[in-house]
Amino acid sequence: MRISAETFRQIIPAVSLVLLLGAVFYMQPRAMSYTGLNLLFNLAVPIALATVAQMLIMSVNDLDLSMGTFVSFSACVAATYLQSAPLIGVAILLAAIAVYATIGMLIHMRELPSIVVTLGMSFVWGGLAVLMLPQPGGQAPGWARWLMTAKPPLVPLAIVASVVIAVVTHLIVSRSSFGVLVRGIGGNTRSVARAGWSVLGLRAATYALAGFFAILSGIALVGLTTSADANIALRYTLLSIAGVILGGGEFVGGRVSPVGAVIGALTLTLAGSFLSFMRISPDWQIGAQGAILIIVLGLRLAFNLFEKRRRTR
Amino acid sequence: MTIGKMLLASAAIACVFGPAAALADTSGKKIALSNNYAGNSWRQAMLTSWDKITKEAVAKGVVAAADPFTTAENQATEQAAQIQNMIVQGYDAIVVNAASPTALNGAIKEACDAGITVVSFDGIVTEPCAWRIAVDFKGMGESQIEYLAKKMPQGGNLLEIRGLAGVSVDDNIHAGIVAGVEKNPQFKIVGSVNGDWAQDVAQRAVAGILPSLPDVAAVVTQGGDGYGAAQAFAAAKRPTPTIIMGNREDELVWWKQQKDASNYETMSVSIAPGVSTLAFWVAQQILDGKEVKKDLTVPFLRIDQDNLEANLKTTQKGGVANVEYSLEDAQKVIASAD
Repeated sequence: MRISAETFRQIIPAVSLVLLLGAVFYMQPRAMSYTGLNLLFNLAVPIALATVAQMLIMSVNDLDLSMGTFVSFSACVAATYLQSAPLIGVAILLAAIAVYATIGMLIHMRELPSIVVTLGMSFVWGGLAVLMLPQPGGQAPGWARWLMTAKPPLVPLAIVASVVIAVVTHLIVSRSSFGVLVRGIGGNTRSVARAGWSVLGLRAATYALAGFFAILSGIALVGLTTSADANIALRYTLLSIAGVILGGGEFVGGRVSPVGAVIGALTLTLAGSFLSFMRISPDWQIGAQGAILIIVLGLRLAFNLFEKRRRTR
Repeated sequence: MTIGKMLLASAAIACVFGPAAALADTSGKKIALSNNYAGNSWRQAMLTSWDKITKEAVAKGVVAAADPFTTAENQATEQAAQIQNMIVQGYDAIVVNAASPTALNGAIKEACDAGITVVSFDGIVTEPCAWRIAVDFKGMGESQIEYLAKKMPQGGNLLEIRGLAGVSVDDNIHAGIVAGVEKNPQFKIVGSVNGDWAQDVAQRAVAGILPSLPDVAAVVTQGGDGYGAAQAFAAAKRPTPTIIMGNREDELVWWKQQKDASNYETMSVSIAPGVSTLAFWVAQQILDGKEVKKDLTVPFLRIDQDNLEANLKTTQKGGVANVEYSLEDAQKVIASAD
């Protein structure tokens, strides 16, 4: 029996995660415990949520460059209003989701490049975050803190949360009719439109859902850090894009994998720990991190070529 | 079994008779430095100092290891992950220069819960379980006015060069200067500009405000801006006032030239990057079981007319005047907090 190209493509991210995990366990046997695993992976939970949000945007052939500032913004809301005045907090977050839906519609109606619009929005979110928390501070809502520091039996929370995120988004994106339509927009917008669907509405819904996941990411992050600052998640923009790509997604064509995206986020987090356990000098760490990315993406590229050749044959 | 016993016995003897007997309690302990940024001369000097002092300490067997880690990017989330990795690696103490005073609190709480001593310095954290070695920036501002009050009792007009707007360090130094002026009303701040702690910005800002100013007797600064101010005064062909310096190498060189040429007098004050080594010794003392207050204050490094040459000699080109702290210095700082 030959493994199909698509399965192989799905397996690569999982294999790289397992390999990396094996290397980390070998170097640091202490990590092979309940607390060890939790410490290794708990900061990957918000990254996984942001990656899923980015994946949704990428599934309609767009790119969200405001992901990092938006997660920072939600973290600031979570650490201030959501904690002190939950109703206002929820209202702000709902408004933010509405803004995301509007951005989606705007990009569709005016045929604007999403990169430009979201880059512009990143300054808006960043500015709002600074307005809300000019000085680092705030406090995580009790329930968020409780949720992120919960200690479920047998399996650490970080793993449970990652599995839940992967399953839920898999159901939405790969198993629901909504998911098929969203990926359809990425694959061939016109055919979706000709089939009688409102692409405008679908795009707005996709953006809103992405905004929702990004907000969850912000709340999860605050639950871990206990308080926020306006620049807390700036790295998430690039991390989330890298996570999607590492997990087997593509920039265009609606080819995304929710499970892969979560695995990609975990891999990226683990890569950082791996380098730190390797005692690589800080001067080389950025380079080494880049090298890991290039190796995995190189694998993908090599595989894509291989796939193409097999098809043409 | 017998070999094990012999090893134990010899280890015990070594503990009793070894030269480091008093510090033997921490000889098996591992300390890690979590640093968020290495992109300027101050941070580079900080890391070099850490390396120098801790290597010596490890060689002498004071601690088992003292490994520095710097995050690749200056981001709080990355540093939080770095600290969590250190917990997994089993360090006994973590010394932190934090990217954010609050965003690392979750990771630091995890470390404390795992029984790890956390000492923050320079960029301190608010998590109550950690120790803080803070800089008395307000005192630094006040000391400038105190020096000027002694040097020119008749007082005069002051030009204030501030740092980067909106950063707490700038606010604190400014508050110190204002407090000093209140105590010495013979001084009057006639102008204030933002120099962003950079010579070129300071020079531009001072050149811009100079034409509108009366005679300036002295310039109070925040460090990294004194040389630029001097250039601006020279370009405007105005007499050079007493400019307080900030321990940067270019400032000290200029001061030395003026001192040799016209017996120019001033002083220079800033924070020594070697404060990382102070944090190291404080962490070692805590591991050693000493009672240490959670909030400590680091002394600032002041250079005066008579020790200018000595400091200039030890300052690297393009660097910052530095001082490394010893165990005794740390004990003094700990004792003075009581």
